[in-house]
Amino acid sequence: MGRYLLRRASESLLVLFIMSFVIYGLLGLMPGDPVEMMVQANPNLTAGDIQQLREIHGIDRPILERYLAWLGSALSGDLGYSRLFAVPVEEVLLPRLGNTLLLMGAAFVLAFAIALPAGIAAARRPWSAVDGLVNLTAFAGISVPPFWLAILLIILFSVSLGWLPAGGMGQGGLGSTLLYMVLPVATLCLAAVGSHIRFVRAAMMEALRQDHIRTARAKGLSERQVVYGHALGNAMIPIVTILALDFGTLFSGALITETMFGWLGMGKTIYDAIMGNDYNLALVGLLLATIVVLLANLLADLAYGWLDPRVSYR
Amino acid sequence: MRRLLPLLLAWALFCCSAPALAGGAGSLTIGITQAPSTLHPNIDSMLAKSYLLGFLRRPLTQYDQDWKLVNMLAETLPTFDNGLAEKVELDNGDEGIRTTWTIHPQAAWGDGTPVTTEDVVFTYDVGSTPQSGVATTELYKRIVEIEVVDEKTFRVTGDRITFSYNSFGDFGLLPAQIERPVFEADPASYRNRTAFDNDPTNPGLHYGPYRLASLDRGSSYTLEPNPTWYGPEPAFDRIVLRVIEDTAALQANLLSGAIDMISGELGLTADQAVPFAEGRGKAYNILFQPGLIYEHIDLMLDNPVLQDRRVRQALLHAIDRELLVEQLFAGTQPVAHSSVSPLDRMHSEDIPTYDHDPAKAAALLEEAGWTEIKDGIRHNAAGEELSFEIMTTAGNRNRELVQQVLQSMWREAGIEIVIRNQPPRVLFGETVRKREYEALAMYAWISAPESVPYSTLHSTQIPSAENGWSGQNSNGYANPEMDALLERLERELDPAERKGLWRELQRIYATDLPVLPLYWRSDAYVLPNWLKGVRPTGHLGPSSLWVEEWTRAEGG
Repeated sequence: MGRYLLRRASESLLVLFIMSFVIYGLLGLMPGDPVEMMVQANPNLTAGDIQQLREIHGIDRPILERYLAWLGSALSGDLGYSRLFAVPVEEVLLPRLGNTLLLMGAAFVLAFAIALPAGIAAARRPWSAVDGLVNLTAFAGISVPPFWLAILLIILFSVSLGWLPAGGMGQGGLGSTLLYMVLPVATLCLAAVGSHIRFVRAAMMEALRQDHIRTARAKGLSERQVVYGHALGNAMIPIVTILALDFGTLFSGALITETMFGWLGMGKTIYDAIMGNDYNLALVGLLLATIVVLLANLLADLAYGWLDPRVSYR
Repeated sequence: MRRLLPLLLAWALFCCSAPALAGGAGSLTIGITQAPSTLHPNIDSMLAKSYLLGFLRRPLTQYDQDWKLVNMLAETLPTFDNGLAEKVELDNGDEGIRTTWTIHPQAAWGDGTPVTTEDVVFTYDVGSTPQSGVATTELYKRIVEIEVVDEKTFRVTGDRITFSYNSFGDFGLLPAQIERPVFEADPASYRNRTAFDNDPTNPGLHYGPYRLASLDRGSSYTLEPNPTWYGPEPAFDRIVLRVIEDTAALQANLLSGAIDMISGELGLTADQAVPFAEGRGKAYNILFQPGLIYEHIDLMLDNPVLQDRRVRQALLHAIDRELLVEQLFAGTQPVAHSSVSPLDRMHSEDIPTYDHDPAKAAALLEEAGWTEIKDGIRHNAAGEELSFEIMTTAGNRNRELVQQVLQSMWREAGIEIVIRNQPPRVLFGETVRKREYEALAMYAWISAPESVPYSTLHSTQIPSAENGWSGQNSNGYANPEMDALLERLERELDPAERKGLWRELQRIYATDLPVLPLYWRSDAYVLPNWLKGVRPTGHLGPSSLWVEEWTRAEGG
């Protein structure tokens, strides 16, 4: 197990190194640079000013040289400054990563908590009224665009009923934070729950068709024991795989939700950093997102071993 | 029910523990669509930062709501009439202007330290140090000398004769008592270590009616009255700026009471505010203020067809701009006839204008050789089609709508328009900047009151690889008469004389038509009916600079 984790950690470091190069290169290929944005905002800048600003921001150097300089600093623990916020990038990103994980984690758990029983119920009685209702809900969740859903929820719960705040992050305190989380979490959850239900339903239907399930039933086990004791464990392996992959997409889904609800998270920060030519912030933000996805996949791999004793780690 | 009761109690607890969703007595919550980045007054420039800093500090000078230059920190605005400005001969033999300023005697930073000439000298030191990252270096380059007279009085010698000799709006004072040690430790990394971003709630950073009490960077900024403020006491005990970038969510927040008002500077666009005003107008005081954002179409003058002035004039006669602004913006954004705003005191009515006149457009095109119409499109004797490509910022709904209306209007005149839009960063970062568009590019310029359009109209300001793609004359307009006017305008001190020069500039502009003027963009202020005293300026000076005039009406 230890060796396996060490190997995965080394692979992850290699992935991060390659990703840092690719992201830096792609950011460098984008049209425009920070100085051009300043030129647009201030027509009085002369050619000399422009050259000077390029030197200050290091844009006059070849991209490989800039990347190697950044990598050297990063390896010594200095991830650089955010151009937009004029503070070290970790000071901007770490609190926002926490905010996003809070939002995503809550939405993820809630979506899974709804999808699991709903998917199992649908799989146990395929083509029944229950299955039809679950499928309808799932397709509705998949089809509704998150930004539209967010607006609907704000109009209903904030404007019409006045029960919940329309946006923001609260003023500190657990109660306030939870209250401000309700609508964004509901949006993310409803957007994710549809696909989760479909995965659970498909995996459970496949598991319930297996020979050992028929054998279990022939042995006279109760339906509850068959479903939860024998089928669910096998169905969880594909479900965990999909969930791990889906965790990454929640980052992009969070961008829209964060924008609509004014929630300071990673999705919005990375988007703003890219649009604002804040190379350091965008690069480190995307690398953090990569780390989150890699961790999610590692957890999924570890979960396989827990779910299926035949899986071993070498 | 027994199980439900604890849940209901918990819910009630949540609701009680949450802060009031709307501003309570003495507080005002403002929704804005953009978050400021750096809070340093002189590094980088963005509207959100100007709006926030408007509550926190005052520039030396500022154009007020009536577009008159006023002093905000000094006792008196230096002029030749009051003897505080004088012409001087510089060491190199040129003429310059020396102005004398006296800082308000009660002006003090929020930590109680008086605002003094030491801060002025320090600000100049930072601005004139290339590595400091201050963007507007031109302002500091024009200063030959700053002479300290005493703790509150100083003299500034400028390197040239210019009518804007007493305009120092961009000279954002820095607190020497806080920033000097940071700057002197390493000027090259100052922009990353400045207290404005690393200790933004330090009360000693500002001296305005409010101080920054707390912030959730990029999300909300809470302001409280500054006890050292030397002006009239502001009415609100607390002002919160909340950043909500999506305008639909912004409106929902307003309707739910989470915010009290939407800032005009950073809020709804006119096309969003018009339906809002129709639906909810009675519940709010909605002000539309035309500003200095000039929507226009650049005409690439390297294009042989567009080099013919008759074709340019025909293009403008062929479109009905009055109808366009009425249909799309309910008339809230006025038609532009030149690059000088009607609100500017240098605006001239005495210039050629181009009403919608299809017959005149047709006659001009016939005269220019575009006589034959085949399949609804004009052709010349060589069989070439009268066809242009138009570009604008992809995703900007307003511009894309305008573009489609214009396309159909031009089609009526036998002019084919091919739309090829690009994302803003490509359009501005490459295409316009490097003059890579073929014919028409639609976007906006932002200017200031009586801002000489040197960078957009002077022939030396045509971007090229040689000048590092600087300058904004991207369509390549070159007219020696215009060049001479622009150079004279800057140096003319007599307002009456200057007005004559401005009239001539606008006449040439409207005759040559290097660009097609479209309309002036408006800011939409959505204010609660109980809020009084908010006066939009129409220029880039934010309304927050006069926050001490904002009050809550009786019973509001």
